[in-house]
Amino acid sequence: MSPILSVRDLSVTFDVRRPGSWPWTPARKLHAVSEVSFDLAPGECLGVVGESGSGKSTLARAIVGTVPSSGGNIFFEGADLANMDARQRRVHRRDVQMIFQDPLAALNPRMTVGEIIAEPLITHEPKTPRKQVTSRVRALMERVGLLPNLVNRYPHEFSGGQCQRIGIARALILKPKLIICDEPVSALDVSVQAQVVNLLMELQRDMGLSMIFIAHDLSVVRHISDRIVVMYLGRVMETAASDILTTAPEHPYSQALIASVPIPDPVLERARPRPILEGELPSPLAPPSGCVFRTRCPKVQPSCAGTRPALQDIAQGHQVACPFHAAQQVLAVTG
Amino acid sequence: MLPNPSTVESVAAAMDMAELRGRSLWADARTRFSRNKAAVVSLVLLILIGAFAVFGSYLTTHERDFIDFSLTGRYAYLGVPSFETGHYFGTDADGRDLYARTVQGTGISLMVGAVGALVAVTVGTLYGATAGYFGGRIDGAMMRIVDILMSIPFMFVLILMLVIFGRSIFMLFLGIGLISWLDMARIARGQTMTIKNKEFVEAAHAIGVHPAKIILRHIVPNLLGIVIVYATLLIPNMIIFESFISYLGLGVQEPDTSLGALIGEGARNMGNGVLWQLFFPLFFFVMTIFALFFVGDGLRDALDPKDR
Repeated sequence: MSPILSVRDLSVTFDVRRPGSWPWTPARKLHAVSEVSFDLAPGECLGVVGESGSGKSTLARAIVGTVPSSGGNIFFEGADLANMDARQRRVHRRDVQMIFQDPLAALNPRMTVGEIIAEPLITHEPKTPRKQVTSRVRALMERVGLLPNLVNRYPHEFSGGQCQRIGIARALILKPKLIICDEPVSALDVSVQAQVVNLLMELQRDMGLSMIFIAHDLSVVRHISDRIVVMYLGRVMETAASDILTTAPEHPYSQALIASVPIPDPVLERARPRPILEGELPSPLAPPSGCVFRTRCPKVQPSCAGTRPALQDIAQGHQVACPFHAAQQVLAVTG
Repeated sequence: MLPNPSTVESVAAAMDMAELRGRSLWADARTRFSRNKAAVVSLVLLILIGAFAVFGSYLTTHERDFIDFSLTGRYAYLGVPSFETGHYFGTDADGRDLYARTVQGTGISLMVGAVGALVAVTVGTLYGATAGYFGGRIDGAMMRIVDILMSIPFMFVLILMLVIFGRSIFMLFLGIGLISWLDMARIARGQTMTIKNKEFVEAAHAIGVHPAKIILRHIVPNLLGIVIVYATLLIPNMIIFESFISYLGLGVQEPDTSLGALIGEGARNMGNGVLWQLFFPLFFFVMTIFALFFVGDGLRDALDPKDR
């Protein structure tokens, strides 16, 4: 099946100027996303994980189009979103919708829930009769688990989980083909997280949605996604089916990420070996040469500083950007 | 005793059916405002002053520009405030009814405030929101224009304009309209810069809402709280500004009048034993300004509960 979304060598850089610098001095480039490529099949859910600052959210925003990309292509059903002008882009936006991290902040405090959910509809189909708009809003509220008689309430009267349901309803009213969830549950309680994740999975199955699910909580991502992309400092480190990635990760960074997921059993948790990552994420203003992970990698080799390791296929649908992924233990210790 | 279970169920069902009205942030602000006694009293006072300016002229038989020559030279003891002569506030130095003149002066002063606030709210808010939303070069250019306009000594320019183009109330309104929106534009821009980074603006952008609609639907309603507060605090400044111009004799021209002109005249005749000529217009002036400040204060507490 041909993919609904193919991202090819997508890069996003931001110009960073020192305050008080002259307008003609060249700005420093912040590489938020570098040369990211992946495909998304219709109805598939792709998880994107990585620690804070790894470029997950910027990737989502580049696909949705709220952040301009600086290189590469985003093919959505064959049309290149990255190189469209603003007006064409606005038309294409109806098929790609986004769910945000902070459920309350993503809703305008001065608008009622009904107005918020109806906004995409009246933006893209302004001629819809008002009666039909309200009936669609009510049907959708029921679908996402909100009482339809709450349409005239305001966002601040709802709990975080309910606000996220409102956000989901808003994303779904145009019947989009692709939903991008930017850490949709990280601001919620664990019990509410489960409800929202299950709702998303249910909706994805029923409406045949494709989904990109961003999170830093691996257990949530494993639960919802078919495949997982691991990002570090704006680059893809490993791509694999989610059960393979969570049980047998190949890239040292994925291994460290998996090892950092707490086991809800104190005895097992204390007993297991833990390769803890040391140091901080390097500055995206000056990423390390060669492999960006080499500054913190337990398997680092002198050659890692030279050429940037490309993603290599090691199995069907399993790609790793580390030439030493098969090495069993630390080969040499440097520094 | 427990209530009948079937009643409880039917009540619960009725509650589910009913479309609940939400409490908007505006409704919350209204409740908070109504709890502020000084602000509510000031608002009532302001409404009374407004009613006085609009309907006050129906309570007197005297025309504001009719000069009673029978009082010439004797107004200090014949023109005293009294109900018998119908000059409730006495007469001015020319024998004109001070009550009718105060009514008109209050009206003009309130109108000056209203025009200033209106221009500030519409032009200033939209200008500032546009500059803040687009940011970058557009913002830089738009705000430099404001900086340049602000650096001009407006009182001086306005006085020059009044001297060159003739003293007229239109000129005065024009001058006030020109300066009143500058501060508002800066305030609106600053607020917009914080609002535009909120996720709901990004959500609207991601949905594909046109930038003009984002500004009008998402940014301006969230600015309005601070804009209303600033506008109520701006009105007294505009009134004082107009009064100062009129006090100098450059603003409203005879036979029309404003509170500033009346106070100016009253102050000149202070030594002639006709203190009512100063105190009546001054009373309305001070009351208007105080009431507006208290209302503005109450609005600020009601609309920005964080900043208390």
